[in-house]
Amino acid sequence: MMKSVSQNKEILRVEKLNKSFGTNHVLKDATLTLREGELKVLIGPSGGGKSTLLQCMNFLIPPDSGRIWLDGVEIEGHRKRELYSYRQQVGMIFQDFNLFDHLSALSNVRIALTKVKGMTKKAATDRAMAELERVGLAAKAGLYPAQLSGGQKQRVSVARALAMDPKVLLLDEPTSALDPELIGEVLAVIKDLATAGMTMIMATHQTTFSSQLASEFVFMEQGTIIEHDSPAVLLAPDACTRTKAFCAKINELTGEPV
Amino acid sequence: MNFEKALQAIIEALPYMLGGMWITAALVLGALALGFVLGVPLAVGQVYGHPLTRRLIHLYVWLFRGVPILVLVFLFAFGILPPLGIDSAFAAGVIVLGLTSAAYQSQIFRGSIQSLPPGQLKAARALGMREHTAIISIILPQALRLSIPAWSNEFSILLKDSALVMVIGVQEIMARTRSVAGRTHEPVALALFAGILFFILTWIGIRILRGVERKVRIKGYSQEGSM
Repeated sequence: MMKSVSQNKEILRVEKLNKSFGTNHVLKDATLTLREGELKVLIGPSGGGKSTLLQCMNFLIPPDSGRIWLDGVEIEGHRKRELYSYRQQVGMIFQDFNLFDHLSALSNVRIALTKVKGMTKKAATDRAMAELERVGLAAKAGLYPAQLSGGQKQRVSVARALAMDPKVLLLDEPTSALDPELIGEVLAVIKDLATAGMTMIMATHQTTFSSQLASEFVFMEQGTIIEHDSPAVLLAPDACTRTKAFCAKINELTGEPV
Repeated sequence: MNFEKALQAIIEALPYMLGGMWITAALVLGALALGFVLGVPLAVGQVYGHPLTRRLIHLYVWLFRGVPILVLVFLFAFGILPPLGIDSAFAAGVIVLGLTSAAYQSQIFRGSIQSLPPGQLKAARALGMREHTAIISIILPQALRLSIPAWSNEFSILLKDSALVMVIGVQEIMARTRSVAGRTHEPVALALFAGILFFILTWIGIRILRGVERKVRIKGYSQEGSM
């Protein structure tokens, strides 16, 4: 299942991103490159800067310094027009879904198509239905967020992001807020996307699942990327890495073998 | 009090008093509408605006919450509005009540906006939505729904405050009550009757707002809360 992507073209590159909240330096010189079709997985302890890194990547949290390129074009976060168009191309999935509570599943997926992309309601509806179909929720299109399970909500939010035709998806712990029995349905959708060649970067504690799909593990601690390599290398039987120790600890808790 | 004489006075004054009820209704509807049209942007500005905007709105709210309506009525009707070419007492009443209500309504809407989970605005921005589009199509539809119960309160308070504009000669319920009471010497009966008219208006308004609340309710959302 491991994919070789080292020769693929660069989609998103961030260089030396820094972010501080007051005196708390939460992101230190984060640099990484996402290549077409790859899945990079951010792991590490909570508070290590994974979520801040992802939110800096689409300027939801404006980085204090650093540079970002999409498809080789540098993005200036302070230019509004450029920023809005950039964000359309960089989809984001949140830990707690952040669906729009007053809109049905269909309208959740459709609203940005009409309000941001300027599509007609008819075209937007067709597109939104196709995306709901893709995540297996076409039958639930008319339901509201409060009527959906956590797993279904997260799948709607994936459909909402995909409808914008993003070049890359940022996933911020997409399964951490879910009951254990609902995690599988979301992971299955992510697996489908990975297989279909979607470029993604995902923060997660699902190390066993993601080690089978990820082209690279990126281990972050205290705001710094400490090590990054393919899971095969970092988790090799003779490897002596922070990543391996961390994964072993997680799996000890969940009862899964490394 | 002679019951028959009092009833006679009320029956004779009925068309005149019902006319006052219409004027009260128009006064309150106008003021609520003005308060809404100003209150929503004031609330949005206070939550999302530039620090200077926020400070100005804060000042406005304090001014209109801190100064008695009666003072504002005199101030506007005789000081501020005539030079602007507004001489109608009714218009002055709507403006003063509307500006005051805007201050209160803005705080109702502000509370609702701030009670929404912040993640939805984040999600809207992540989709490339402009700030004002997100506020109009994501934040306000939810905040306004949440505001209906508190807004019903504002309606019933404003309805009764509206009687204050009788002092500048607006011919609403209380102004007419006083003139009929003076003519017939039946102040108690007329006051009771005025109370009934206000009660009817309150009842109609609250019924309508309860209907609206039910109609726009988001499916699957519990309105009862849990104990």
